[in-house]
Amino acid sequence: MSGSKPALADWIAGEEAIVYQCCAACGSSQYFRRSFCRVCGAPDPVEKHASGEGTVYAASLVVRAATPQARAHVPYNIVLVDTVEGFRMMAHGDNDLAIGDKVTARFVQFAGRLVPYFEKAK
Amino acid sequence: MSFITGVGMTAYGRHEGSSSLDLMSKAAELAIADAGLTRAEIDGVLCGYSTVAPHIMLATVFAEHFGVRPTYAHAVQVGGATGLAMTMLAHHLVEAGIVRHVLVVSGENRLTGQSRDASIQALAQVGHPDYEVPLGPTIPAYYGLVASRYMHEYGVTEPDLAEFAVLMRKHALSHPGAQFHDPITVADVMASKPVALPLKLLDCCPVSDGGAAFVVSREPTSEIGVRVRGCAQAHTHQHVTAAPALSELGAEIAMARAKQAAGVAISDVRYAAVYDSFTITLAMLLEDLGLAGRGEAAARVRSGYFGRNGEMPLNTHGGLLSYGHCGVGGAMAHLVETHLQMTGRAGNRQVRDASIALLHGDGGVLSSHVSMFLERVR
Repeated sequence: MSGSKPALADWIAGEEAIVYQCCAACGSSQYFRRSFCRVCGAPDPVEKHASGEGTVYAASLVVRAATPQARAHVPYNIVLVDTVEGFRMMAHGDNDLAIGDKVTARFVQFAGRLVPYFEKAK
Repeated sequence: MSFITGVGMTAYGRHEGSSSLDLMSKAAELAIADAGLTRAEIDGVLCGYSTVAPHIMLATVFAEHFGVRPTYAHAVQVGGATGLAMTMLAHHLVEAGIVRHVLVVSGENRLTGQSRDASIQALAQVGHPDYEVPLGPTIPAYYGLVASRYMHEYGVTEPDLAEFAVLMRKHALSHPGAQFHDPITVADVMASKPVALPLKLLDCCPVSDGGAAFVVSREPTSEIGVRVRGCAQAHTHQHVTAAPALSELGAEIAMARAKQAAGVAISDVRYAAVYDSFTITLAMLLEDLGLAGRGEAAARVRSGYFGRNGEMPLNTHGGLLSYGHCGVGGAMAHLVETHLQMTGRAGNRQVRDASIALLHGDGGVLSSHVSMFLERVR
């Protein structure tokens, strides 16, 4: 991160928010935080709050977890969601979500952490 | 030019009490003997990694342990693509005249050296540390995600995927070194315990102990030469969240580059050795590589196309799914088996014609790809 612009807190930092970055130079959006745009290399992409709306791209219901903390939650659905803002993110979701479903995000506790959780848009 | 002059491999499964170095040494000794060489003639060493015993300088740790003093040595890490990436590097090192005989080696006591949970957890770290790993995914979940999308786009079904597990098991039955020796059916795969849907236990490769090695040389050391005809890589992403569309994955890109480098067409290929960490991996890669049309690989399995006596024998040792997966050595077994087939030494598994072989490795979550063509020359 650039020292001059503090990061917006998101679920990784325990805040109920999804944050992405948008490049002022080329307009690309990216989810994994960096101090530059992965497409054009321009510095200091602008951080924005995402709406939490998107479409399910893929889903896998985890039944066999690798840690005792995660095992307490099985089965849990890992989903990839294409957000309306144009980036893809991994999250949890309702177990019956299908590819193509329109979804909205809320937040739940998982293995001692806050994580994004998608359910069907109402 | 470069030639695969010798191969060596242990049985895969349980090697209680063997360390990663022990398994590497066993395989290396077999490969050097197979090439008709002595240790002193090895001037290059490339090795993979061990999740059980990580080290920042594994190649020199191994070289010291094994008793060689190479002029060129280091480890390579590209996940499941490591074996073929090392072979590609060895090929170029030999062609450039930097070394004469490169030992490519890997081995790991991944099954007995750590708990299954520790193994699953270590591998899950290929995920993004901030944006993926806290969500509790596993390697099967990463591939489960890809599988769900592939099935959605191309109409592939769970019983279709099960066919690949059944085929790999059928092939493993005739290899004494394979981890599994009980036949399975599509119904068995469908009824196996869910792991990360749509993937079930029998859609997933096992965790194994084992070691594999080969020697890449400037000239053949025996009558039948196995030449590296051409190879190429493609790396499109690391994390599944950042993967491109299914139609833009690296296998197709690496394959196109390899075909150009080798000057061969898919119609020239007589034997295929394709990475099969999960049934979905094998299905997708076969279709990406052009060995089957989109959504049609399972039908080709059912028709016997990929069987030992079929038009395109595939992973006749049983692949990762049934020969076993000991990390880097897992996919090196594909090359060892290919070499045995090309040199007419595969015994009861011998195919009619393996004069030109296509090998493909995949690391991460379809992240890193290496395609390679080998050709038999006399």
